[in-house]
Amino acid sequence: MTRALILLRRRLVGSIFVLLIVVVGTFLLLEAAPGDAVDAYIVSTGGDAGMIELLRHRWGLDQSELTRLANYLWALLHLDLGQSVTFSRPTRDVILERLPNTLLLMVSATALSFGLGSALGIYAGARPGSFRDRFLSIGSLALYAVPGFWLGLMLIIVFAVDLRWLPIGGIETLASDKTGLDRAADIAIHLILPVAALGFIYLALYLRMMRAGMAEVWRQDFVLAARARGLSRRRIVLAHVARNALLPLVTMLGLQSAQMLGGSVVIESVFSVPGLGRLAQEAVASRDTPLLLGIILTSAVLVVVINLLVDIAYAFLDPRVGAGEAGA
Amino acid sequence: MSPLRRFLRTPEAIAGAILLGALVAMALIAPLLFPGDPQAIAGPALLPPFQDWSLPLGTDRLGRDVLAELFHGARTSIAVGLAAAVAALAIGSVVGTLAGFAGGLVDEVLMRITDAFQTVPSFLLALAFVSVVGPSLGIVVIAIALGTWTGPARIARAEVLSIRERDYVASARAIGMHPLEIAFREVLPNALPPVLAMSSVIVAAAILTEAALSFLGLGDPNRVTWGGMIAEGRAVLRTAPFLSIVPGIALVLTVLGVYLAGEGIVETTAVKRGLS
Repeated sequence: MTRALILLRRRLVGSIFVLLIVVVGTFLLLEAAPGDAVDAYIVSTGGDAGMIELLRHRWGLDQSELTRLANYLWALLHLDLGQSVTFSRPTRDVILERLPNTLLLMVSATALSFGLGSALGIYAGARPGSFRDRFLSIGSLALYAVPGFWLGLMLIIVFAVDLRWLPIGGIETLASDKTGLDRAADIAIHLILPVAALGFIYLALYLRMMRAGMAEVWRQDFVLAARARGLSRRRIVLAHVARNALLPLVTMLGLQSAQMLGGSVVIESVFSVPGLGRLAQEAVASRDTPLLLGIILTSAVLVVVINLLVDIAYAFLDPRVGAGEAGA
Repeated sequence: MSPLRRFLRTPEAIAGAILLGALVAMALIAPLLFPGDPQAIAGPALLPPFQDWSLPLGTDRLGRDVLAELFHGARTSIAVGLAAAVAALAIGSVVGTLAGFAGGLVDEVLMRITDAFQTVPSFLLALAFVSVVGPSLGIVVIAIALGTWTGPARIARAEVLSIRERDYVASARAIGMHPLEIAFREVLPNALPPVLAMSSVIVAAAILTEAALSFLGLGDPNRVTWGGMIAEGRAVLRTAPFLSIVPGIALVLTVLGVYLAGEGIVETTAVKRGLS
């Protein structure tokens, strides 16, 4: 337990530095954009020169870049992400409203890709070089070449337009007063296609990693020893080979979280899911700099937290991890 | 056996070579076969494919020739894919070499910056970058490279860490070579092979990212892109699904070709190493 705690503390300190770089870097990048939040606001609402002056002063945009960065960081310490221009509300509230939808999409897609991907990987890797191994390996490569947004559109054509089995988009039926389980079922039905579009791409990744990992483990001595002990093939595959090949996939889970968040931007746009990704696109379209900055920062924090969780899980799964690091 | 024949030994590599060959041919003959602006109106709007043989794949919502757009789109995909991959590999190997060779504080700072870039979802970064600077082909290339250089940087660094202890580096130091000269003339070239092994994955990722950016309307507006074509077709998804299906298939075949050829190359070099 202490081992995991020491590891956690080390990672936490490193993460804070990394997040600081992210904030400063993104702030400076978005500052370089032509036009500021006031320009964007005036375009959408209208207003005269006096109004512009007043807004610039109220939002602190008449101060120097460094002062504003310092102000932003200071506000950030109080978990204040500033005011969204298009929503005229605190950025934090807008983001927190959309975050659950993205998390739901990500967690479901991860469960699908990791679960089905590793299962198929075990199935393929149990008999290296067999027909099913080659078939799944080529098939997963083809799947990996499919753009997620296009897969989403194809799923819409088949399941929403032609067969009319599933809704074409959105997170739930609008203007329905469903509650409790009914509402949950409604959301689940709306999530099937976006989760499939996002999850299937990464499924290929986990399948290929599992297969490659198993091929590696097959060659090791303890597998030979297990064979010599006369264990059944099924037991060798599941208890020895697959189990040892599973660990790198757990690491991949953390590494892929940033990719998946990026992928959900496009998927949310295809399926009109009101999540963080679509919010980012809206922020870009309306030049809402504080909102875009807040979204990027929230995503970065999310990625850091997921990776911390993966590290902790890893430390528990593999007793060798951390023993060396904690001593160093 | 010649390298080419060794490369063409597996059926996967042959398939990859055929796909990539077809793509490059498309890109090269596009201006000859379809001279003039592919975004110009060529016929009636929403003509279905295989109806009029002067417009074999039909037309889109504005009456543009889909086949001409497809051929010209191949040029954009190849240009962005290759340019972004070259930029990412170049940035990555320079940063990785500096970090690994200098060590200490330089290493620490460069690696934390690498961490920061890996923490921000690269697609979100590309989206923000293009929206700040404005969409053009060069900006899209830089935006994609910004999100992909970190992998090559880590691999280059790991390789440099082992190379810098070798004897020839020590002798280069002994004859008084400048550290930067050692880093970039002696160490970097030897650290490149494992970095270059990543190129097919990076080219593929760059092509897919470009397509997604164009799909969201952040591609170069003056060029035909497959992602933009899919976005255009999306508006008539119910009545003319082929407009989104066709460019998507082109994308899948292209990326698949890159992957297959990449695997073939890796296998070829692996066999070569095994023999020597």
